[in-house]
Amino acid sequence: MFLGIDIGSSSSKAVIINAQLEILGKAVFNTGAGTQGPEKAVGAALREAGISGDEIKFSVVTGYGRMTYDKADKQITEITCHARGAAHMIPSARTVIDIGGQDAKVIRLDKDGKVENFVMNEKCAAGTGRFLEVMARILDCSIGNLSSLSENASEEIIISNTCTVFAESEVISQLSSGAKRENVAQGAHKSVAKRVAGLGSRIGLAPDVVMTGGVALNKGVVAALEKEIGQKITVVENPQIIGAIGAALYALETASKLS
Amino acid sequence: MDKNISSKQVLNDMISRHYKEALEAKKSGELVAWATSIVPQELLETMDIKVVYPENHAAVLGARKDAPAFLQNAENNGYSNDLCSYARVNIGYANLKESAAGNIPMPDFIFCCNNICNTVIKWYENLAREMRIPMILIDTPFNHTFDVPEHSVKYIREQFHHAIGQLEQITGKKFDHDRFQEVMNISTQTARWWKKATALAAAQPSPFNGFDLFNYMAVIVCMRGKQEGLDLFKLWAEELQGKIDRGEGPWKDQPEKYRVMWDGIACWPHLADTSKILRKNGINLITSTYPDSWTIVYDSDDLDAMARAYSSNYANRNLAYGAGNIVQIVKDFSLDGIIYHSNRSCKLMDFRQYEVQRQVQEQTGVASVIFDGDQTDPRAFSLAQYETRIQALMEMMEQRKNERPGGQ
Repeated sequence: MFLGIDIGSSSSKAVIINAQLEILGKAVFNTGAGTQGPEKAVGAALREAGISGDEIKFSVVTGYGRMTYDKADKQITEITCHARGAAHMIPSARTVIDIGGQDAKVIRLDKDGKVENFVMNEKCAAGTGRFLEVMARILDCSIGNLSSLSENASEEIIISNTCTVFAESEVISQLSSGAKRENVAQGAHKSVAKRVAGLGSRIGLAPDVVMTGGVALNKGVVAALEKEIGQKITVVENPQIIGAIGAALYALETASKLS
Repeated sequence: MDKNISSKQVLNDMISRHYKEALEAKKSGELVAWATSIVPQELLETMDIKVVYPENHAAVLGARKDAPAFLQNAENNGYSNDLCSYARVNIGYANLKESAAGNIPMPDFIFCCNNICNTVIKWYENLAREMRIPMILIDTPFNHTFDVPEHSVKYIREQFHHAIGQLEQITGKKFDHDRFQEVMNISTQTARWWKKATALAAAQPSPFNGFDLFNYMAVIVCMRGKQEGLDLFKLWAEELQGKIDRGEGPWKDQPEKYRVMWDGIACWPHLADTSKILRKNGINLITSTYPDSWTIVYDSDDLDAMARAYSSNYANRNLAYGAGNIVQIVKDFSLDGIIYHSNRSCKLMDFRQYEVQRQVQEQTGVASVIFDGDQTDPRAFSLAQYETRIQALMEMMEQRKNERPGGQ
């Protein structure tokens, strides 16, 4: 069995596969680097697979917390792992958009599913999951409900600040001037979409465009992003665990090279 | 020069002597100039004027982690933190005049050439105005054409003549044209040996040790017109050739796995961290656009050629040159990858960086990565983000190597 662990800034994911590439166990915990999240995710994935830790032949850790996690056999960046996971799930993928807790990346793949080029957000939270979390907090709704809230938007609102802190005060002032929460939620999605579409344009968005990462669960962002880039986006099943799947695939590959 | 002393020791000694002598000269009443990094220093050297280079000094303060106080001082005085951090450090230093990391004397006049960027014009104008001292400007218009057009050559040459007049007026001395020829000759030779030494990095494995280039650069900036600068680069080239002959790579404890170039200025406040992460991944930084920037070569009796040479710095040339230059470097140095420093300070370099990356990738297929940082402002850099990008670059390079026949 082979274990892939993806430790993000706001969540921890673990995936266990066998040599036939079947997923035997998977888990997502909404706490990330520096918490018990990684341990819990691994424990839950092992339980789902019905195996003990000793049966793991090789493990690979990825994500922001990869450097400080010392229980894995190898660490690989989230860029390489997301690319691998996405190409495995959708072989026709040529562009992978991954929006995580504190970064957003667009990865271009070659025809074999290998990383050709990538671009990530500059050192700021604009266009990331954190931005949406801040918006959800101001709108007094859970991050999971932000998308459904935006479905009832009736008017377009533009959030012009890219700085998350300034955007927060901008939105507070819009709400106090009577803007509807639904419209603000949609405006937040659009803001993320614009930022990420900008990143993607730099390296070219070749079809098929595939989206991974937790923010892919937000239909409002996906729809806004499709509109911005003028292309259909395929959201992978279980988008949050794609990085961990990629890591598990590398664990399998590395183990077979070693044996 | 004592043959038992390494070029690194000579280098360190020369740089500390350079600053010490400038401070002493000022005390004894000699004239001191502040100059931009690729100025026609031949004019100043001919007049035997002590020159210090604020960009180099700012880099030193940055590397010794003393930049924040000066950045803050400039910002407190109303300079935006969007301005170049070399400018902010120097403007802050001109005000505070004291750094534990090393001092420079205050200038009697300013000598500025905008072949490196246009921020220097306003930065130096402000210095001259605040200190009420003269400013000499050599204006080298940006080359929108691939080569330097003849009208620019004439314009720059006439400015050399004008600057000579200004220097005679400031110093009260006559300009010695024979000495000028000598200095031109030494400067060209120094530049040739700088190019020769830095070109030796192309050997496989490379004899360069990571950030050597950024260290030796101090001498090509500060001492290009001096015999000791020339001697240093000869010694360095000799040492590098020795390493090549013995088959020695950059490190004793690990092999050179990947060879990359660095586009842009170093992140001086994070020099050790940025270097360590490369080394950890087996990545050797062997070149940049700098070797060509100071390869200012011309015939010593030809002022037009000198004008052309000073206008030919890559930062002053068009996109086709910028991309073509890097494509050639990728080939000449057998590079596996390129690290592009998206430098918050340097709008000029950032402006075309994505397009250069695209063109170079299209023409060479070489892996590359862009990271965000700053030359001297430590606040504009995230180590974790840098590390992820560098590691991803390493993984891309590894993948490409594995795909090549024989995995080389």
